[in-house]
Amino acid sequence: MKTKAHTSSKNTGDQSEEIIRELMPRPFGRIGQLWVALLIVICAVGLFFYIQQVRDGLGITAMRDYSTWGIYIANFVFFVAISLVGSLISAILKLSGAQWRTPLTRISEMIAVPAILFAAIVIVVDMGRPDRFLNVIFHARIQSPITWDVIVISTYMVISLLLLYLPLIPDMALLRDRAKDLPKWQQKLYKILALGWNNHPEQVKILHKSELYLSILIIPVAFGIHTVTSWLFATTLRPGWDSTNFGPYFVSGAFMVGAAGVIAMMYIFRTFYKFEKYITDKHFSNMGKLLVLLSLLYLYFNINEYFVPAYKMKAFESDHLKSLFYGRYAPLFWAVQVFGMIIPIIVLLSPKGRKPLPMFIMSIFVIVGAWFKRFLIVIPTLSHPYIPMTRVPESWQHYFPTFKEWWITASTLAGALLIMAILSRLFPIIPVVEEIEEAGLAKGENQTT
Amino acid sequence: MKSTEQNDRRSFLRKGLGIAAVASTVTALKAFQTDSVEETGEKVKLLSPEGEIVEIDKAYLKPVPEVHIPPAQAREGIPNKRFVMVIDLARCKNLRKCHDACEAMHHCGPEKEFLKILKMQDNKLASPYWQPTMCFHCDEPPCVKVCPVDATYKRSDGIVLIDTDRCIGCRFCMVACPYTARTFDWSEPAIPLEIAHQHYSPETSVPAKKGTVSKCDFCPDMVRKGEMPHCVTACPNGVFYFGDEYEDAVSNGDETVRLSELLRDRAGYRLHEDLGTKPRVYYLPPVNRSFPFEDDEFSKQTDHDHEN
Repeated sequence: MKTKAHTSSKNTGDQSEEIIRELMPRPFGRIGQLWVALLIVICAVGLFFYIQQVRDGLGITAMRDYSTWGIYIANFVFFVAISLVGSLISAILKLSGAQWRTPLTRISEMIAVPAILFAAIVIVVDMGRPDRFLNVIFHARIQSPITWDVIVISTYMVISLLLLYLPLIPDMALLRDRAKDLPKWQQKLYKILALGWNNHPEQVKILHKSELYLSILIIPVAFGIHTVTSWLFATTLRPGWDSTNFGPYFVSGAFMVGAAGVIAMMYIFRTFYKFEKYITDKHFSNMGKLLVLLSLLYLYFNINEYFVPAYKMKAFESDHLKSLFYGRYAPLFWAVQVFGMIIPIIVLLSPKGRKPLPMFIMSIFVIVGAWFKRFLIVIPTLSHPYIPMTRVPESWQHYFPTFKEWWITASTLAGALLIMAILSRLFPIIPVVEEIEEAGLAKGENQTT
Repeated sequence: MKSTEQNDRRSFLRKGLGIAAVASTVTALKAFQTDSVEETGEKVKLLSPEGEIVEIDKAYLKPVPEVHIPPAQAREGIPNKRFVMVIDLARCKNLRKCHDACEAMHHCGPEKEFLKILKMQDNKLASPYWQPTMCFHCDEPPCVKVCPVDATYKRSDGIVLIDTDRCIGCRFCMVACPYTARTFDWSEPAIPLEIAHQHYSPETSVPAKKGTVSKCDFCPDMVRKGEMPHCVTACPNGVFYFGDEYEDAVSNGDETVRLSELLRDRAGYRLHEDLGTKPRVYYLPPVNRSFPFEDDEFSKQTDHDHEN
């Protein structure tokens, strides 16, 4: 970087300096510190409860022989869903040539990486014998959708990490060269992560090529992780899960919540770090349009998922559907459908609704709705088995999570947010070098080096 | 001609399946052989294969050696057998002896049920009836298909077992089973210490382990000893018939019949044939019943639940 500075004209040099200064990672403010402290406390208590769970068994949850999967699995599906945002922004928008995505790419990967990591962690949390986790590898049976899930999720995790890391390399080199007043360990970290990057054209070529290949590769893998996750349900014979619609239904829902996740984080980072210049109203408007499109797609799959079986009302399906439409789960079901899908669609269809604040509120609606939608996909089905439930305690018939189960689930969400906070503290939230390039300030530099 | 053939088969089966009921926990398989044994003078009463009570000296009793089948060996079935069960719904009056025997022998504890007795009613006009259900040891087992670690498997003798030494506790098999036959040890199982220290065998499902799945195992350990599963011997009404499909014979302890004839003549059926799981447990419809249907305290409550 030092060699480049003198070749660029003074004016553009100043501008790049300004971009660099504004986008450098910054220490947490008071609110940031409180936030991180809160997340650490939630995680620590959650870890304590989890240790109890390992000691005493899954009996500390409300899951029993009928409702044998509970909010852990719902939460797992949620994490897998939201992790799809990485492929949406980094790959689909990149390949469709949407230039405006640049300041959003790193945010999306900062969501995707912790989300997919915690998806894997949550599955271990749900296991009755986490000590035997390696059996999944040593005794793997390729017939099992769980084996497929292990394969695609670990693949997706690696690609997501690379898609976070590769575009970060030039920024790491920048920080390595600039940040002389930072603590030693931080300088060392940047130096290691920069991998000796010196902006050589050959390096740039390799980097861009790898990014392109990875962003093509991640699309089928992203479809794979969520389709296979839907198959954990759809490959069973249970009413409510036995559906050929499940793959696209899950994938479209995942893209929707992923887009909402990016919008929420865009708003938060923009507010706290004063990124108005980089994350503009235009970005919000574009993301809003994208979210409407994805929500309409999800609405379409919802209609297929609920209307067609409801029209037929097959005996066992009908018990399940009635509990959703006007039974035990109806308040939650309609709240999720209306607040998590219909209202966001209506609000975001108008240009006024696509301003940052209403978009932020709508994206929170979508995210919370999406979490409870996974609850509604996983839990009610298991309360309606083919074989009638008799001689079981009331609590077995209607699953409601225990306090510890809620807390452990909350702590996995807190853990993902904590990793996001740490990533945003250590690395530029908006790709610095790409911003400079896009501002047209880096042309001269590339030629000289 | 036919009757002699049937008699032969019957006596053969009695030997094979060892219906010789016993008065103590010790089986007297060799009781009638006249080995040179010094008599102790202590007599025990036994039920002979002919159904007579006989008194013999204790010295003739030989304990059947407990054969421990370790997990690796339990994966192979008993050779040249294909076990099958027929449940006669016309004879079931919800006595729950089968259930209690099963719970006792497998040390299930209050919350774990390998065998359930359900109140069923096919439609509003039809009379309700009691239906024992358990693992049906399906020939197309959805549970085995989904297991990621080969902890649950199908054997050559038709039995589906679980190796709880390998089970990771993901419970995918439980959601895959449309018959809700599988149970899970949500906490440390409450079993007597001497049972907990036994060598584990998938054939006995004992001792149970925290965080793993278990279910009805068709009692292959009893079959190896030449006896019938616990539910079969416990039922006083002869509801359960157990036997070997290759031999085409099943017995409920009182009578031994041809499997194919029984199923043909009494319209044997399997639960949810439409799901394609091909269960190895057949039902005989609840017609010409031995007992009138009587609700118990729990069945009324579930009725209410089902309508809502």
